[in-house]
Amino acid sequence: MAGKTVEKKDRVVVRFAGDSGDGMQLTGSRFTDATAMVGNDLATLPDFPAEIRAPAGTPHGVSAFQIHFASRDILTPGDHPNVLVAMNPAALVTNVGTLEKGGTIVLNEDGFTDHNLRKAGYEANPLEDGSLDDYQVFRVPMTSMTVRATEEIEGVSSRDASRSKNLFALGLVSWMYGRPTEPTVSWVEQKFADQEPVQQANLAAFRAGYNFGETAELVGVQYEVAPAPAPPGTYRNINGTHALALGLIAASVQSGLQLFYASYPITPASELLHTLSRHKRFGVRTIQAEDEIAAANMALGSAFAGHLGVTATSGPGMDLKAETVGLAVALELPMVVVDVQRAGPSTGMPTKTEAADLLMALYGRHGEAPLPIVAASTPGGCFDAALDAVRIAVRHRTPVILLSDTFLANSSEPWRIPDVAALPAIDPSFAEENSEGFMPYARDEALARPWAVPGTPGLRHRIGGLEKEDGTGNISYAPENHEHMTRLRAERIARVEVPDLRVDDPDGAELLVLGWGSTYGAIEGAARRTRREHGARVATAHLTHLNPLPRNTGEVLRGFERVLVPEMNLGQLVKVLRAEYLVDCESYTKVDGLPIFTRDVMAQILERQ
Amino acid sequence: MSGNGADPTLHGGEPAPHGGESVLQLTKKDFSSDQETRWCPGCGDYAVLASVQSFMPQLGIPPDRIVFVTGIGCAGRFVYYMDTYGMHGIHGRAPALATGVATARPDLSVWVVTGDGDALSIGGNHLIHALRRNVPLKLLLFNNQIYGLTKGQYSPTSEEGKVTKSTPFGSQDHPFNPVSLALGAEASFVARTVDTDKAHMAETLRAAAAHRGAAFVEIYQNCNVFNDGAFDAVRAKGEKDRNQIRLEHGEPIRFGADGERGAVRGSEGRLELVDADGRELIVHDAKRSDPGLAFELAHLAERPTGPTPIGVFRDVDRPVYGEDWQRELEELRAQVGPDELEKLLSSGETWTVS
Repeated sequence: MAGKTVEKKDRVVVRFAGDSGDGMQLTGSRFTDATAMVGNDLATLPDFPAEIRAPAGTPHGVSAFQIHFASRDILTPGDHPNVLVAMNPAALVTNVGTLEKGGTIVLNEDGFTDHNLRKAGYEANPLEDGSLDDYQVFRVPMTSMTVRATEEIEGVSSRDASRSKNLFALGLVSWMYGRPTEPTVSWVEQKFADQEPVQQANLAAFRAGYNFGETAELVGVQYEVAPAPAPPGTYRNINGTHALALGLIAASVQSGLQLFYASYPITPASELLHTLSRHKRFGVRTIQAEDEIAAANMALGSAFAGHLGVTATSGPGMDLKAETVGLAVALELPMVVVDVQRAGPSTGMPTKTEAADLLMALYGRHGEAPLPIVAASTPGGCFDAALDAVRIAVRHRTPVILLSDTFLANSSEPWRIPDVAALPAIDPSFAEENSEGFMPYARDEALARPWAVPGTPGLRHRIGGLEKEDGTGNISYAPENHEHMTRLRAERIARVEVPDLRVDDPDGAELLVLGWGSTYGAIEGAARRTRREHGARVATAHLTHLNPLPRNTGEVLRGFERVLVPEMNLGQLVKVLRAEYLVDCESYTKVDGLPIFTRDVMAQILERQ
Repeated sequence: MSGNGADPTLHGGEPAPHGGESVLQLTKKDFSSDQETRWCPGCGDYAVLASVQSFMPQLGIPPDRIVFVTGIGCAGRFVYYMDTYGMHGIHGRAPALATGVATARPDLSVWVVTGDGDALSIGGNHLIHALRRNVPLKLLLFNNQIYGLTKGQYSPTSEEGKVTKSTPFGSQDHPFNPVSLALGAEASFVARTVDTDKAHMAETLRAAAAHRGAAFVEIYQNCNVFNDGAFDAVRAKGEKDRNQIRLEHGEPIRFGADGERGAVRGSEGRLELVDADGRELIVHDAKRSDPGLAFELAHLAERPTGPTPIGVFRDVDRPVYGEDWQRELEELRAQVGPDELEKLLSSGETWTVS
């Protein structure tokens, strides 16, 4: 284009923000797909209110979607957006604070009416009072241009037309960053295949936005972000929820166990129910139970019957399932309980992230009721976490808690599709027909008991929550038996094999940053940047198994002068590490409902250089 | 009574591998575990256990394909005494556990044994939802109108004013009528029987077993330690003949030692108990799709202190939860080849880096 310059960028963070009814999540996910097609590495962060339709135009009704894309390996959705797309004053007021200084604001000028300014709490119009002087502001009358672009289309109401303005914004930003139009066009064509006027309106809006970028004098620069080098393989874009669902299905295929998934709707775990419910073809059964307790019991009942019993929930549901999980500990049956953590206590902030259920997962049952805990670190890593949770549950005949969180569930990134042939086999090794005195609590070398499924001749037995005699499984209140069983239940979880903790320490650092869960990206990113930009000497390691902890954890911790543990809670892992290893780990904590950002960890590392 | 209980396919699965009654020579002993029963001497649970163990051989299903599931309370121990597969769960949740078993494995015969505290108080939610879904479970509710295991507090079926350890001045709670509750939860099979009435219990269990879907059976069960005599009107010698109203599908509702009393439609359209002589008695119809008559019968006696209906109140057909589901899932799964997982993982937009 004549008069337009193309500027190369390594990485860009774009944040789309508008009213919850403005379609910002859709805009963001379409932009993400187009970005993945270009071959950029990327990470996303949807950020939306819990209310389905909060009052329009107000700051609590603002829904945002952030995407970080780059020509190199990136790990987080980015700290400070470079570009903010704001559809109304409320979107501007709630998001301008995080925008980088000198950053770009693309705003829908039509949204800045007196009425909307008042609702957003502006006393003066920020477009006129100079408060945006530090930024590069593009004022685009998106609504009216969309209406104009669609007025020729038959059957399109003015409401349909103005509702398509998000596609206009998408078109404009797609042009700015040289995104291909084809993925969006074909998506719109399919999505609205049976609503032709709406389809046409959206396509017209998208094209109008794209062409506006190309032709208008207003936007002078187009940016180019080259593809990121990535290990060879086939990739797709995936969020944590989908990766977890695929991991569970893969585990079902690998084990030959039919997947029995029971859950009760709860944000943010419901998406897993929706996703799995579409995969009947793989024998997946999903049940929407009457409550959280029923969901856990149904999954456990199915496990007794020889299926892969899985339930998922978030914090409030974990509280309710606790007694059933304790029963599963006593029954020694395989079962997976997924906790997609969210900000608490109580109802807390259902759509905001936090990782404050670690101690509950470890200890939140009465009595000594140990169980293995697996924690996912990245959206794509949810696949591996699910497979590993099932492996442990089946091999060791135990409930396993899989910790994810709101951030991982909703965030997406390119995922290298694993080679199915290389996936681990999972052997349920059911107890076989037997006519001689079957012992339901006999032990193998891992101290696991037989999984004897009803219908198998000769294996009739009764199991329950009452203390039982080891071996026979008969009810026993004998003092020495309970002592034995309590220690045995602890020992068999301690024997679960988990991979060693891997340390990345290129410079022989004195400082180790140790994380768990979704802080992985921020910690790795901060370590790389502080090494690169500040010459920092820092080592990193990340725990994917919280119980048992990797065998070499103590040795790793003692190998460093200082250990810093960033967490999205008030220091839960630190408590465990100090208690287990008597190492004085330092805690960095953040509980604002947002993920820990790279800049947060960078500051902590630099303070300790 | 309907059904003959001998059909091995009645649980929706394929026939039992060893065939029906003709091949299976089972006795009560085959269903009795080696565990010592530990209820209080004189407890009604002994009578129920003996009846169930004696009845089970008639099912024609090998004990390897039968699962008992219980919750907490005296009734919860039942599972340990049956030589079948068994699961003793946590308080109130047996219907949910059993839903997991029965849905995953429609080839099994799944029985839930519960009590009035377990099913109607802490586990009320699971009971009504199992009934509404029509999960193929046989639910036996041992109603003794008291908390026995925790030593004598009032239960959700105890009468108003009940003086117990936790209600020294009398309970203020209005009790549930379990049969009415089950009907309200859209149960497709609802019956009531009495612990010591072996023949009636066998007949009732047979009907429950023959029913496709959830079968709810309230069993009046005497707790001789904490609530002795609660059901004397329908249980004690001399009284039971006078007060048991035995419901028989297709038969006039008639009771009394010599059948001298009966149920008629009264002047205001209400069900009334009158001297039967020369009156047109109501004919019991358990198969009616509307539950009106069953509700009326349930409320004929708010408490079992006078004439009280026992037998099958309702026995209707409606779709059974999960009956075809497992078959469908198994068929679908059988068609999934080894490359399907690969296709699934690679679905959506992909790109290749070489």
